[in-house]
Amino acid sequence: MEIILAFVIGGLFAASIYMLLRRSLVKLLIGLALLSHATNLLIFTAAKLTRGNPPVIGADATALTPPFADPLPQALILTAIVISFGVMAFALALAYRVYRSVGTDDLDQMRGTDV
Amino acid sequence: MAIALAVFSGFGVALAAPVLSRRLNNAAGWVLALLPAALTLYFVSLLPLAAAEQPAAFSSSWAPELGLFLSFRADGLGLLFALLISGIGTLVIVYASGYLKGNPNIGRFYAWLLTFMAAMLGVALADNALLLFVFWELTSLSSFILIGFEHERESARAAALQALLVTGAGGLALLAGLLLLGLAGGTLELSTLLGQGDTLRASPYYVPALILILLGAFTKSAQFPFHFWLPNAMEAPTPVSAYLHSATMVKAGIYLLARLSPALGGTNLWMYAVGGIGASTMLAGGYLALTQTDLKRLLAYSTVSALGMLTLLIGLGSQLALKAAVVLLLAHGLYKGALFLVAGALDHETGTRDIRQLGGLFPKMRLTALAAGLAALSMAGLPPLFGFISKELTYEAALEYGPWLTAAVVAAGLSFVFVAGIVGIGPFWGRKTETPRSPHEAPPSMWLGALTLAGLSLLIGLFPATVSGLLVSPAFSAAVGQTTSVELALWHGVNPAFILSVITVLAGGGLYVVRGPLRSGLSRLAWSRGPAFLYERSLDGLNALARGQTRILQNGYLRHYLFSILLATTGLAGFTLLTKGGLYWPSAVTDVRFYELALGVLILGAAFAATISWSRLGAVAALGAAGYGVALIYLLFGAPDLAMTQFMIESLTVILFVLAFYHLPHFAQLTPRRSRLRDLLVALLAGGLMTSLVLSAVGVQLFPSISDYFVENALPLAHGRNIVNVILVDFRGIDTLGEITVLGIAATGVFALLKLRMSRRKTGDEK
Repeated sequence: MEIILAFVIGGLFAASIYMLLRRSLVKLLIGLALLSHATNLLIFTAAKLTRGNPPVIGADATALTPPFADPLPQALILTAIVISFGVMAFALALAYRVYRSVGTDDLDQMRGTDV
Repeated sequence: MAIALAVFSGFGVALAAPVLSRRLNNAAGWVLALLPAALTLYFVSLLPLAAAEQPAAFSSSWAPELGLFLSFRADGLGLLFALLISGIGTLVIVYASGYLKGNPNIGRFYAWLLTFMAAMLGVALADNALLLFVFWELTSLSSFILIGFEHERESARAAALQALLVTGAGGLALLAGLLLLGLAGGTLELSTLLGQGDTLRASPYYVPALILILLGAFTKSAQFPFHFWLPNAMEAPTPVSAYLHSATMVKAGIYLLARLSPALGGTNLWMYAVGGIGASTMLAGGYLALTQTDLKRLLAYSTVSALGMLTLLIGLGSQLALKAAVVLLLAHGLYKGALFLVAGALDHETGTRDIRQLGGLFPKMRLTALAAGLAALSMAGLPPLFGFISKELTYEAALEYGPWLTAAVVAAGLSFVFVAGIVGIGPFWGRKTETPRSPHEAPPSMWLGALTLAGLSLLIGLFPATVSGLLVSPAFSAAVGQTTSVELALWHGVNPAFILSVITVLAGGGLYVVRGPLRSGLSRLAWSRGPAFLYERSLDGLNALARGQTRILQNGYLRHYLFSILLATTGLAGFTLLTKGGLYWPSAVTDVRFYELALGVLILGAAFAATISWSRLGAVAALGAAGYGVALIYLLFGAPDLAMTQFMIESLTVILFVLAFYHLPHFAQLTPRRSRLRDLLVALLAGGLMTSLVLSAVGVQLFPSISDYFVENALPLAHGRNIVNVILVDFRGIDTLGEITVLGIAATGVFALLKLRMSRRKTGDEK
């Protein structure tokens, strides 16, 4: 399954980078969202996959019995998802603000810092 | 210890100078001059030690692992320089108090002048090559600030920068040269290095080290073709010109050559490089001096010529030549310092430095005229002044090397006589001319220095024995590298040198008589594209290069930055993967369930749709589909918490996008087809790299995972059963706090960005 996901990750990176290279600010933001998916999936896959078996200790057990999914990358990704949401919200507000001030979302038209 | 204190005292007093100057007003110069005066006495007291070949020394480790020691040594050569520095320093500080009277920045001026003095003393007395370099650079820096003292004038700033760049570049070469010398000799202590001349000259580092050190010395001492910065440095206030750019700093290169000549001299390379450059500089400076009409520039070119003569003598390297060099060094410091001070006094009292506007001032400025006359006689090499002794020795040294060299030195001597006439006689005698200011005698602070220096020229000329034993002999011994004693006498009898001297004075006097036509004739031949032209072109070139590379690398286009980053990463990581092994390519896809494959296809399809969609809502929907697909993968592979978060966040993101897109423009095709194909290629390359990285990385575990610790301790230590949750809120609780802070800041930012609209609209309404 890691092999399939390797191609999914590569495809997500390619799509996001293509969007990041666009001149339109809006498309750039879509690229940013795809980039965070790609990265999260990369971390998730790199730590080996385990079907089912979340890292939760049962109510009557005192310890986890293998196999179970690695909890560490999950904790990292959880943080990353939330942070990228914050970034996304800020970027969208910024894009809105820029469009209001400059009247364009074409990055090549935005030259200099004076509105 | 005392000797280190003597060097560093200048830095300390420099700090206090601005305050003192404000408190004491005009008396400050006299008070501050007490320091160099005391230092002069101290150095005089060290002379017997140096003459007895037991120089005062001090050493303390600074950064021993770098070979850097705080070591000082006051041998004859160092003391000769130290006395010039502190002695002329005393007079110049007093002089500055009159010259810059009323200038609001005079405190700063004193501070930098004293800083320079301390640095220059460090150059003269340092016994460690690196320490010498540090002081060397400090003199360049203080020279930069002092040349640009009147920084409101653009020409002063340009001249300051020019001097700094030329001497600074030379300084870097010097550092490299000194380090090579240290490699060759195994130590950076000069006194040890000097004893290893044979080892050094045989070392493979000898040639590069010598060339680099010469570059440092030549730039500092304004040798051809680096001489152009010195006349331009005349933008500085005259005390600076007299002190730094005539008597002391420009002689730092000469000092270094004399200091190192026992270790590096004696080879053909030394003789031709040092002697050749010295001779060219001497002739070029002497010639260019003939065409000048500005007193200070005239003196500057003649200083260039004298520096060339000194370099030439050191390059020749014979005992006689080195003796002549040491004597010329002292004689030139005395008469040229005096003449610069006179030029400043003339400028100060009459308001002009143009020699065509100055004449007949003797009745008004008798003391200045007396100083000027004595200094000029010394410069022209007339008995009974010290300059005469110096010139006789120089001619004697040149005669050893045949007629051509003698002719060159005599030609420079002609120029000396000419300049002496123009500065020492022209302004004071002859027809009285109108000047911008009505002239009167300069204040005592301003004639005292010139008169003292000129008087010393006369005294030493009459009684050369006063300096020959204690001052000249030890310095000469240090330059030769063996103990020798020098007998100086005013009268050598009628010999070839004396006859040449008579010819020089007569011919130089003749040149002076026809100075008007000579100048206009020569200025028609003027040298319009000198080395200064090359300097300007290379400075322009450097700026153009900086602008060009900024335009290419920092051009403001986001995609160009991304290109550089992506292509560099893909290229480097891909190259490593391909050449160093580690690229893993699966032979068969195993262990895949149908619905997982379908999920992968769904995510890829959704991502693809998001990139090609023409409709904004379509793109957002595709983005959401891709996000949900990722969430399902989390769910399938044992991460229900992730899946839940992802579902929620993805829904929120889609809503946010839709809300924002309502206010944002439609998609438009902005880039041409060719660029899109290029972008696609870059994207596919980067994506391909990520795929192969994942394939190669899966299953590779370089370090034991720390997950085990969390798994084992979640229940006993944190009393939680969901290990992911325990990590987030307990083991790594502070991280989560940071995350919450980030979200808080983002929320504040979003709020501010939306709020901004209203305030702007308000101001818009008011307009």
